[in-house]
Amino acid sequence: MATIDLHQTTSTEHHDDHGHDHAHHGNFWTNYVFSEDHKVIAKQFLISGMAWALIGGTLSVLFRLQLGFPNADLSWLKPVLGGWLTPEGKIDPEFYLALVTMHGTIMVFFVLTAGLSGTFSNFLIPLQIGARDMASGFMNMLSYWFFFLSSCIMFTSLFISTGPASGGWVIYPPLSALPQAMQGSGLGMTLWLVAMVFFIVSSLLGSINYISTVINMRTKGMSFTKMPLTIWAFFFTAIIGILSFPVLFAAALLLVFDRSFGTSFYLSDIYIGGEALPNQGGSPILFQHLFWFLGHPEVYIVLLPALGISSEIIATNSRKPIFGYKAMVGSMLFIAILSFVVWAHHMFVTGMNPFLGSIFTLLTLIIAVPSAVKIFNYVTTLWKGNIKFTAAMLFSIGLVSFFLTGGITGIFLGNSAIDIQLHDTYFVVAHFHLVMGSASFFGMVAGVYHWFPKMFGRMMDEKLGYIHFWLTFVGVYLVFFPMHYIGIAGFPRRYYSWTNFETFSGFADLNMLVSIAAIMTLAAQFIFLFNFIYSIFRGKQASANPWKSTTLEWTTPRIPGHGNWLGEIPTVYRWPYDYSKPGAKDDYIPQHIPYSETPESNLPHENELIKLEMEENAIVVEGHKH
Amino acid sequence: MLLGILYLIFRIGNLVGLVKGKEEEEEEDSSWNTINAYLLLFFMIGGLGWFFWYSYVHFEGYTLPVASEHGEVTDYLFWLTMAVTVVAFALIFIVMFWFTFKYRYQKGRKAVFFADDHKLEIAWTVVPAIVLALLIFSGLKAWNDITGPASKDAYVIEMVGQQFLWTARYPGVKDKMLGKQNYKMIDASNEFGLDLSDKNSFDDFKSLELHLPKGTEVQLMIRAKDVLHSVFLPHFRLKMDAVPGMYTTFKFIPTKSTADMREETGNPNFNYEMACTEVCGRGHFSMRFPVFVHDTIEDYEKWMASQEAWLKQNPDYLKRVPANLREAAIIKSGIPVDSQEAIMAAPVTVTLN
Repeated sequence: MATIDLHQTTSTEHHDDHGHDHAHHGNFWTNYVFSEDHKVIAKQFLISGMAWALIGGTLSVLFRLQLGFPNADLSWLKPVLGGWLTPEGKIDPEFYLALVTMHGTIMVFFVLTAGLSGTFSNFLIPLQIGARDMASGFMNMLSYWFFFLSSCIMFTSLFISTGPASGGWVIYPPLSALPQAMQGSGLGMTLWLVAMVFFIVSSLLGSINYISTVINMRTKGMSFTKMPLTIWAFFFTAIIGILSFPVLFAAALLLVFDRSFGTSFYLSDIYIGGEALPNQGGSPILFQHLFWFLGHPEVYIVLLPALGISSEIIATNSRKPIFGYKAMVGSMLFIAILSFVVWAHHMFVTGMNPFLGSIFTLLTLIIAVPSAVKIFNYVTTLWKGNIKFTAAMLFSIGLVSFFLTGGITGIFLGNSAIDIQLHDTYFVVAHFHLVMGSASFFGMVAGVYHWFPKMFGRMMDEKLGYIHFWLTFVGVYLVFFPMHYIGIAGFPRRYYSWTNFETFSGFADLNMLVSIAAIMTLAAQFIFLFNFIYSIFRGKQASANPWKSTTLEWTTPRIPGHGNWLGEIPTVYRWPYDYSKPGAKDDYIPQHIPYSETPESNLPHENELIKLEMEENAIVVEGHKH
Repeated sequence: MLLGILYLIFRIGNLVGLVKGKEEEEEEDSSWNTINAYLLLFFMIGGLGWFFWYSYVHFEGYTLPVASEHGEVTDYLFWLTMAVTVVAFALIFIVMFWFTFKYRYQKGRKAVFFADDHKLEIAWTVVPAIVLALLIFSGLKAWNDITGPASKDAYVIEMVGQQFLWTARYPGVKDKMLGKQNYKMIDASNEFGLDLSDKNSFDDFKSLELHLPKGTEVQLMIRAKDVLHSVFLPHFRLKMDAVPGMYTTFKFIPTKSTADMREETGNPNFNYEMACTEVCGRGHFSMRFPVFVHDTIEDYEKWMASQEAWLKQNPDYLKRVPANLREAAIIKSGIPVDSQEAIMAAPVTVTLN
């Protein structure tokens, strides 16, 4: 009951003066399971996301076994895979496709959308803007439990006898629409669609909450221009999500109609299994347009939060303000807008009108400009810093390097003429795994290392963090860099084996290297897992602000309770990146320190703000008298 | 068990760490910081070194010889983009990891408060924009040429994808036109769904190998019978999806015959191949289709003339030809006289449409 009461009083008008009634008495169920506290929900998302990441990673190692060691006898996996192994002890070709499909689905949606955005938007938005909780704790809770339901359904689909969806994570019809085309397009596909519907509901509930919280619940003084870049990133991410996920919903709904109710949105002139289907007039390309209208913004839904997190971490650990704050916000805004008008670059050679190809080439390469600006800004932030290589910082540097390595190949793929050859080859696989997959994953891990002290009140072990970083960083490069060569040589993706082709007969060595590196990288994640679990219980106790950071979350107690701040929510006076300000005695000045207290380090225009601060404080005091 | 032991070792290590003084710990932190800075530097040098070494030494291994006119253009664009981006990539990579090394933490040093610089920011917005614009426009020109309409005298070939094989249909040498097809007419023998009421279909022939002439434009008309497939001719730098319910098309000029290529690669067994690059189900990886490029147009036409019309191979379908066109069908498809009468004598039972 206490939790519910609290939320009724946590309206924005008088959140300042109710710091005294946070003692929360709920029982186990309301505190840890059906919790409405944003921090608990964030942890729920994080732990679910980590579980999914392990599943997704394991699936990828399974299909890498097939690609790296095509002649290996995998009979020892029989107890786990059962009928999915052929009698010769090899992975069944159709199961191979199921593995690829589920790996993509899990990683893109369940790990890097829910696990990343769900964790850090929930955890950081209220803490960094100075709010007691999300705008609607109840919707926030629903968001998690819809995600959980969706997870259960998707997880179940892995175990049914006909296998999970297997037509690629993009589920292009007619393959995904016709159960007679492959086993996975039967019940597995139905479960995929149902799970995604709940996933979309969850994502929308979350996004609406993030947006309303950022707009309405910022503490006094926290103007938009004083928000940390993390918050900007989560804000844009949520907006992109709200605008694009409903389109996936529509695409999925029409696919459900085609599959179950005999409509022909995506189907036309099909002869399969010895009979001509009655469907005529539909277009498979329509589905691709709808899918990528979500699919491309989805890339940025995954990436922007990671970029926000790394901005924060790089500034903190370089002990320098992030370079070009406004340019960083501007480029994120520009990326967010452009992300809606580049989708068809996934479709240059699908039979789409070539004129559209030219338009989308043009728009796609424009989006490279703000991305380049971001990289330059990161690098300049490092310049003349005083860099502390915490585990979080190392992962953030890793992120920037992946963003660069993978981003640059986007210039090839975005150019329709060059894309003809590279489309659907391993070059594409290398590109998006680096720029979106690994970069976002590193952002997520960096975020965990950085905010772990605030989540659990303890420190993660840094040395294990270094080992984890080096194994993963080198591992990821060893997995994905060689794929560029394999792709330039024309090797198509989603191939069970290449031995049927003379043209694709080489690279057994590189493929083996990639597989070994993949196994190593997955194994390294267990170091992280151990560190994570161990540190929750036995980690060194953290101080309230272990990284000497400026943002508001570090002004909360070691373990922030329900309502986050014990007393009043601090007022914000300055931007979030006053690191190493000339004249200041410490190398950081938190956001809640007024300029009047730091005359030694104020810049000329900031001295003028002091008067303004005084006036505002006076108003606050008067306001309290009423 | 193993995890338990690891846990114990780790726990003991930590407790030992606690015993150490705070100062000692700080010193250790700082030495780790230096180690990480050096490692990042080594990673950069080693990584770039490996990248350039492998790219140089194994160049032959990862590049495919090109065998089409537009392929030479797109290859040029590819390597141009490669040159530009590798320079940018290497520069940023070196600078970034140099910074992480040079500006690693030192006690007592203070970072420089450097929040923005508009000139710098404008410069690195404008320069990439200009470079990208140049790359885009050269790309767009190539794209428009490649996707423009095929010339009227291009050889037209139909490629049909199905789970899990390809078939090619050629217009016969007599009319040089592909006959109409309708998916509802597909059956076990009539795999193209040939519409035999169209007289252009009489001399169409099927091939299980894609034959191409060298030096002349070829237009592929691509379709699929069941799910999406994609025609991929790696040496010709050609890729286009096969979509049920519509034709997609790609035109190109092969520049090297199979014999030329055998000579160039020094591999007497070299063969061109076609693959499927849109996931289409269980047998996706096995949709290989052999390709042969003739040395001259004459050779190619000779080969075409030597092929039997589909109708000749399936004379039973003569029954489906409307009565008034049967004679034309017999002549065009080249059905021998003795089998004609037997077929014609049979009663017409099947009428479509």
